[in-house]
Amino acid sequence: MTEFRLNGQSKRVESEPDTPLLYVLRDELQLNGAKYGCGLGQCGACTVLLDGKPVFSCVVPVSVIENREVSTIEGLGTAAQPGPLQRAFIEEQAAQCGYCIPGMMMRAQALLATTRDPTAEQIRRQLQPNLCRCGTQNRIVKAVQRAARYMKGGAA
Amino acid sequence: MRRRRRSRRSGVGWVLLAAAAIAAAWVVWRPSIRTEAVSRGVPFEAELVQRGAELAAIGNCNACHTREGGPAYAGGRPIATPFGTVFSTNITPDAETGIGGWTPAAFTRAMREGVSRDGRHLYPAFPYDHMTRMRQPDIDAVYAFIMTRQPVVATPPDNDLTFPFNLRGLIAFWKLLFLERAAAPANAQQNAEWNRGAYLVEGLGHCGACHTPRNALGAEKRDRAYAGGETEGWVAPALNAESPAAVPWDAERLYRYLRHGFDDRHGLAAGPMAPVVRNLASVPDGDVRAISVYVAAMAGQPNAARSQAASQALARASGANAAPRGTTSTVAASLYAGACAQCHGESGRAPSNPALHLALSSSLRLPVPDNAVRIVRDGVHSPDLGGEPLMPGFANALSDAQLAALLAHLRTAFTEQPAWGDINQSIRRVREHDASALRARQKASQP
Amino acid sequence: MSALFKTPVSRRAVLRGGSALIVSFSLAPALLAQERLPGALQNTPQLDAWLRIAADGSITVFTGKCELGQGIKTALVQVAAEQLCVEPKAVNLVTADTAQTPAEGYTAGSLSMQDSGTAIMHACAQARGILLARGAERHVLPVSLLKAENGAIVAPDGKRIGYGELVADTTLKVRAQLQSPLIPPAEHKIVGQSLPRVDIPAKVMGQPAYVHDLRLPGMVHGRVVRPLGYGATLVLVDTSVVEKLPGVRKVVRDGNFLAVTADREFRAIKAMETLAAAARWDERDTLPDQANLYAWLKQQAGRTIPIRDEKSATSAPAVKQLEAEYLRPYQMHASIGPSCGVALYKDDLLTVWSHAQGMFPLRQAISQLLKLPPEKVRCIHMEGAGCYGHNGADDAAVDAAYLAFSDPGTPVRVQWMRHQEHQWEPYGSAMAMGVRGSLDASGRIVEWDYAVWTDTHSTRPGGAGSTLVGQHIATPFTPPPANPGAQPAGAGDRNIVPLYRVPNMRLLYHFRPHQTLRVSALRGLGAYANVFAIESFMDELAAAAGADPVEFRLRHMEEARAVAVIQRTAAAFGWQADARLPKGRGRGFAFSRYKNLGAYCAVAVELDVEHETGRVRLRRAVSACDSGQTVNPDGIRNQIEGGIIQAASWTLNEQVNFDKRRIASRDWSRYPILRFADMFDSIQVEVIDRPGAPFLGTGEASQGPTGAAIANAIAQATGKRLRELPLNPARVKAAIGV
Repeated sequence: MTEFRLNGQSKRVESEPDTPLLYVLRDELQLNGAKYGCGLGQCGACTVLLDGKPVFSCVVPVSVIENREVSTIEGLGTAAQPGPLQRAFIEEQAAQCGYCIPGMMMRAQALLATTRDPTAEQIRRQLQPNLCRCGTQNRIVKAVQRAARYMKGGAA
Repeated sequence: MRRRRRSRRSGVGWVLLAAAAIAAAWVVWRPSIRTEAVSRGVPFEAELVQRGAELAAIGNCNACHTREGGPAYAGGRPIATPFGTVFSTNITPDAETGIGGWTPAAFTRAMREGVSRDGRHLYPAFPYDHMTRMRQPDIDAVYAFIMTRQPVVATPPDNDLTFPFNLRGLIAFWKLLFLERAAAPANAQQNAEWNRGAYLVEGLGHCGACHTPRNALGAEKRDRAYAGGETEGWVAPALNAESPAAVPWDAERLYRYLRHGFDDRHGLAAGPMAPVVRNLASVPDGDVRAISVYVAAMAGQPNAARSQAASQALARASGANAAPRGTTSTVAASLYAGACAQCHGESGRAPSNPALHLALSSSLRLPVPDNAVRIVRDGVHSPDLGGEPLMPGFANALSDAQLAALLAHLRTAFTEQPAWGDINQSIRRVREHDASALRARQKASQP
Repeated sequence: MSALFKTPVSRRAVLRGGSALIVSFSLAPALLAQERLPGALQNTPQLDAWLRIAADGSITVFTGKCELGQGIKTALVQVAAEQLCVEPKAVNLVTADTAQTPAEGYTAGSLSMQDSGTAIMHACAQARGILLARGAERHVLPVSLLKAENGAIVAPDGKRIGYGELVADTTLKVRAQLQSPLIPPAEHKIVGQSLPRVDIPAKVMGQPAYVHDLRLPGMVHGRVVRPLGYGATLVLVDTSVVEKLPGVRKVVRDGNFLAVTADREFRAIKAMETLAAAARWDERDTLPDQANLYAWLKQQAGRTIPIRDEKSATSAPAVKQLEAEYLRPYQMHASIGPSCGVALYKDDLLTVWSHAQGMFPLRQAISQLLKLPPEKVRCIHMEGAGCYGHNGADDAAVDAAYLAFSDPGTPVRVQWMRHQEHQWEPYGSAMAMGVRGSLDASGRIVEWDYAVWTDTHSTRPGGAGSTLVGQHIATPFTPPPANPGAQPAGAGDRNIVPLYRVPNMRLLYHFRPHQTLRVSALRGLGAYANVFAIESFMDELAAAAGADPVEFRLRHMEEARAVAVIQRTAAAFGWQADARLPKGRGRGFAFSRYKNLGAYCAVAVELDVEHETGRVRLRRAVSACDSGQTVNPDGIRNQIEGGIIQAASWTLNEQVNFDKRRIASRDWSRYPILRFADMFDSIQVEVIDRPGAPFLGTGEASQGPTGAAIANAIAQATGKRLRELPLNPARVKAAIGV
């Protein structure tokens, strides 16, 4: 039994303590955002935030998140009220298959929390751990920059 | 009388002082060597440049003389020392900011004596205490290689050293004490391969610069050669009989490690060893083998106890007795099961992507956990140019307390070594080192 | 997800009811046997197979194609909405489902717009024509006075009759006509617009979007333990330890097929690893020496297929001859999400949800494997991670089907592990391309002699024998004989014919179907490497002729649309003959028409080569693409950009490594693909619209030209020509020396 906060809400989960957070999110809590990509921390498809910092949820056992705050893409906004990153990714059409995108967005979210106006170079460096196979990287960088403008309250 | 005596005494004093000054000047002063425009590429034969490239790779020159993300050999990389930060110089053949105007004589003097072209003493962060053992044809080859690189206009930041180490003249006295200008060891009893290895390891390769402990003045302790040192915040493990390796190194295993950056009984070249291996990739096989033979010989034949411990470790690693030796806490054990076992395995589970079995890890067997802290915190990347992530870092996932608990568990579960002392102190030390290294890098990247 | 369980009315049952109408239409004099209906209508001519309009006016369009992340759903909705004169959001699109949609084979070959897009366009236009005719009866007005607008037929006085009121059950149960009343391109309101992709919002919100996200009540998780290598056989396994693990439901063994199911996903993974540890395999050397791969490939048995042998008696004499060999290793699809399938066997019906590219061929393979009649197997497409061809998707679906069939009533979800996807997906085949060319005194190519050696590039549809389960079970199925494909589309010989005008041309396809490594369709099939070779060699010839590469191409090109994309790309890039570039910088150009049937695409690249390391730094890419009638310009740009980046990764990085027994490239560190740090600083795509022209598809257009453009730019930057893929730093550095 592990208690933690997920997107601002208290959760209590039953999965064995060695279960990686990814499977707790997907299997027990039935969330879809974090994806299994490699289980090795090499691709970033499973990226979520733990206390605001990006982690590979595929290698973070649920035991270490006791009483900590987990943020996933489901917490960034809703279809009715999309968050700045979600709006920006839709407007830039920054996806093909989209499988890697939630991980990209969460890692970008961590950057935007500390950097109001990131350069393309900063975004690339931040997203280096995350792989995209469809080749949407250039769009992703633009989407993160657009989201930064929204977060500052600017228009597109 | 008194006055006379005093004046005589003072006269003696002045004479002594003057003598001391002359002596000091003699020790300290080095002439400037005139510059000479070297027309790039023309005077050097391709074969000489090629040989120079291989030697420069063994010398790992680019690792220190290239700043992170900067142009090759243009310097500006911060080198942390206990006395402050030294920034590497631009050794591209740019005439103004690099060494484009250096004659072969100036270059040779720098390599052999640690004196810059303009006569200034160079800090021994540049390992001329090793380079001095190079033979002249090899120095000439490295010169040819360096002089045919792309010239880059770049001036490194000023060094950031504490008093009195910021006084360059004192380096001359350091040299009097510690710079031994001798040829590399040669041993007629040993074969040519060993002798070649000795020449490369003790000279150009400067392995001791990291793997030998240093004294209070930053010189290698000759009586403790290869007993393990420290560099860039990493422990450079002992290469002699004190080697922490679970399975003693032999020449074949060392060769694999140096050639491919990985050996399945010892692990991966990480930290400052990664660029060494990256550079060795372009070095002819014979030289890598010679280095392996010489380094393997340092440790000698393992004694019976060591051999027995090694076979036990191998047996565990092969799954014959894969169960952990014990644990410090069940929390840490489940942490291991969730974070590590997917690759490193545990009893009954064959990892799909087998990483090093931790019973074979050297980092877990070192006297201090600093390397293990770094590996778990920052992950491990492939030592080749691509630098692909092999193992993720857990910096954001684990609190300091969890990290310490996990490391304590790893030490207990996978080694027969005594528990580490204060792991938290090690975590702090690593963090402080990195913070100051970051400041130095930021200084280097400022225009 | 409960909607997925609804059994829709069988289309066949409905069609039987309308057979009288079909007969009368099939007797219509216009339908001459030799005349083809547009696109996939030829195979599925009934209009109501493609669209249905309910009494409430809601519109459902059916396609046998699948969304693969290429944006096909959006483009098809646009095409349908345009012809039906409705808002895109009024169109509900159903993608490949053996119980609902037309059978359209695979979603592959950049054919979705040609096949399905064309069919839907014509079916919807014809439906609109029928609706207008019905509307004319109801309005009692001539059709010429009426218009279709927003789901209604509208009279001049504004009186509207909704589509729903105009259709009866049989209205669209008619066979398609040869002619369709298409909306003239000049009047298009939706086609040609960059409508935002309909599938993206769910993906960025974390809503269920993939088969991976499908959770059925009582579902269990399956994991398979695959052999250690292609030639390994299972000697012994003690399953008792695994059976006792928490949550484990079943351990299944059938020959070399070994699997486990458990109630939770991570329990299934742990059980799989424990099972793997308990298994003893007998391994055999089955793989060639990688260091000697291409010589070995050429020695394999096979046959030589002549593609072209043209001789001109009047051509000018050759004064200069060049010869070169280009090589391409095995490369993988390397999808980011390992393949997944979900299956349920209940009430005699096996339902399989899969992201494979062809639901109908998948059904055939599963029904053959499990000896079920096809009508007892239903395959429904759901999205997965991008596949770029035949990856592990089909096999993961078959894994799930097999496990579900052996556990009736329990839904089973199987997702492959990363190492399984890397090891077991069918790779793109290795290829060797030899070419000799001659120039005349004026610098024109007068001879072109080209040959390619390669294994098959598609092992589908191959039925049960092409699936891993089918091959691994105790009574295995035999794979069908390897297929060389056929011109003009070709397979290993795809794009073997250069579009350049050369009077003497000999082209040979040495088909070497050894199938030692598992191979099948990878994006572009042979086109990528053939274009890499052809367009690299064009630059070598241009250099020998002392010509600018772009001018040299135009010198030999007569097709106007090809000339247009070459010129547009060159102009947008700012291509200049003899541009002065900093040391280490290079520019490269390349062109192809995909399959010589599809989109025209040219790519220009600028890059820097780091002298000390041989590392390539991509600066910018510019491409122009002509995909015929443009449906969604941004969709085309996205596909071309993605193709450029993926091909850059193939070209600079990728190669499957193996020893005699096993695949060594088992994770991302041992099969690295480009990461952010390696990306182009910018990519610009110019879309050339051809209103009213047939759709040409886009998905595979930029791959070949990108590979060659990069090689050409490296050649310019370094003065060295690299001909063996990948052009990785070690090779570049070795070429440029110290």
